[in-house]
Amino acid sequence: MSIAVNGSAVKPPDDPRVSLLDLLRETLHLSGTKKGCDQGACGACTVLLDGQRVLSCLTLAVQCEGRSVTTVEGLGADGALHPLQHAFIEHDGFQCGYCTPGQICSAVGMIGELRRGVPSHVTADLAAGAIPHSREELRERMSGNLCRCGAHNGIIDAIAETYAETTHAEAAE
Amino acid sequence: MTPFSYLRAADADTALQLAGVHARHPGAGHPGVEHPAAKYLGGGTNLVDLMRETIERPGTLVDVTGLSDRIAETGDANGNRGLLIGAAVRNTALAEHRLVRQRYPMLSRAIVSGASPQIRNMATVAGNILQRTRCAYFYDRAGSRCNKREPGQGCDAIDGFNRMHAILGASPACVATHPSDLCVALAALDATVHLSGADGERRLPFTELHRLPGDEPGRDTALEPGDLITAVELPALPLAANSAYRKVRDRSSYAFALVSVAAALSVENGTVTDVRLALGGVAHKPWRALTAEQALRGQPATEAAFRAAAAAELAAAQPLRDNGFKIELAQRTIVAVLGELAGHDRTGDGA
Repeated sequence: MSIAVNGSAVKPPDDPRVSLLDLLRETLHLSGTKKGCDQGACGACTVLLDGQRVLSCLTLAVQCEGRSVTTVEGLGADGALHPLQHAFIEHDGFQCGYCTPGQICSAVGMIGELRRGVPSHVTADLAAGAIPHSREELRERMSGNLCRCGAHNGIIDAIAETYAETTHAEAAE
Repeated sequence: MTPFSYLRAADADTALQLAGVHARHPGAGHPGVEHPAAKYLGGGTNLVDLMRETIERPGTLVDVTGLSDRIAETGDANGNRGLLIGAAVRNTALAEHRLVRQRYPMLSRAIVSGASPQIRNMATVAGNILQRTRCAYFYDRAGSRCNKREPGQGCDAIDGFNRMHAILGASPACVATHPSDLCVALAALDATVHLSGADGERRLPFTELHRLPGDEPGRDTALEPGDLITAVELPALPLAANSAYRKVRDRSSYAFALVSVAAALSVENGTVTDVRLALGGVAHKPWRALTAEQALRGQPATEAAFRAAAAAELAAAQPLRDNGFKIELAQRTIVAVLGELAGHDRTGDGA
């Protein structure tokens, strides 16, 4: 069985030690996904696995057989930037850019969790059906992605702007 | 990473078979396990990391993420309803489940205070339970001695930087703490673990699963080689609807607990009728606070009674050089959480 990476079928590695991160970067040359700590602490390697954000450094590539992986390269349609990528540029959501692909993939997964009603550490009411897209919620939910340049405020601004208008309509679905 | 074979199991029987676990012959003293070096793989958030550091070196990995990821309601003839949680349920799925939020809010709260969202999406319930009890010295293969990593080597944490370490139930061999938040809630909720192994299927109270280090710090749990967690069961526990989890840590997110408290409280006419209490960040295992529970039942639900119970629980605490603050911190956090559950004024200065 193959792994679907950004819609293309990819053969799993023969060596089970290969992480999803190394498969993406070293074999497929999809270098958008970054290796920061390689131990699950920084979030730079975040990708979407069957739509859920995960750390590709702690995922064995062989575990992804039959599953679908989306990296930052797979987010924009037909070579155009994803709206969130535009917003990161608008709001100075990065300086050196190393954490950015992980931040963006993480934010795409995050907004899905928020709309689904997954509670966070700062959610006041566990029984609430719809969770507010407050700045506090966004910050807590993005806490698994570190930015050593300190662009966190711009990152939150970009996410808040990108997803602000669709919030209520989609939460009501 | 040391080379290993990767195998995938869709059910418990296949997992045991692939791990080389055979039914033990009664009375024959047969070891029952062919490949003691086989390990079960869940989300990999701890095991893969430890393998990369070559601290864990399994010859075979049996991927058990294909086991049940269902959360099902259980019930007896009297209408008592609990939950049966499949071993492969991801942490996020458990935290967001409607019945968990309604009936066991401390469990949702504990889960979402742990690790990061990405890790919670990956980590399974069984994997979270079986993450290693550990400290920074355990990871430091190159520079530190560790009895958990290398039995008999010595412990550099006891006289080292031990701000994060245990104050209860530690031994001269090991002062590491169990880092899970989810497990603190499971300890408080009277959970039961369903196991499958060489002796067939069996059940174990969750609080008996993890062990204190004693002189065998390499063993984190009471499990036998080859034992597989297939499910975790939560009993009907009406008082858990009034429950909370509070985690005190150095930064407000994505950090291990200095101290954490899981509590459920039932108060009638100002008297504590029932209580469940467990602590995290203080011991080699999730610490069920039975002494404090016993001290509280039948007592007035007052701050004074909460303080006395917390003090009784921490009476046996033994501080190391850097972690003495945890003794007072744990007591204040217990008092604060119980006060919140009792509906006391939260604007006061308590903790």
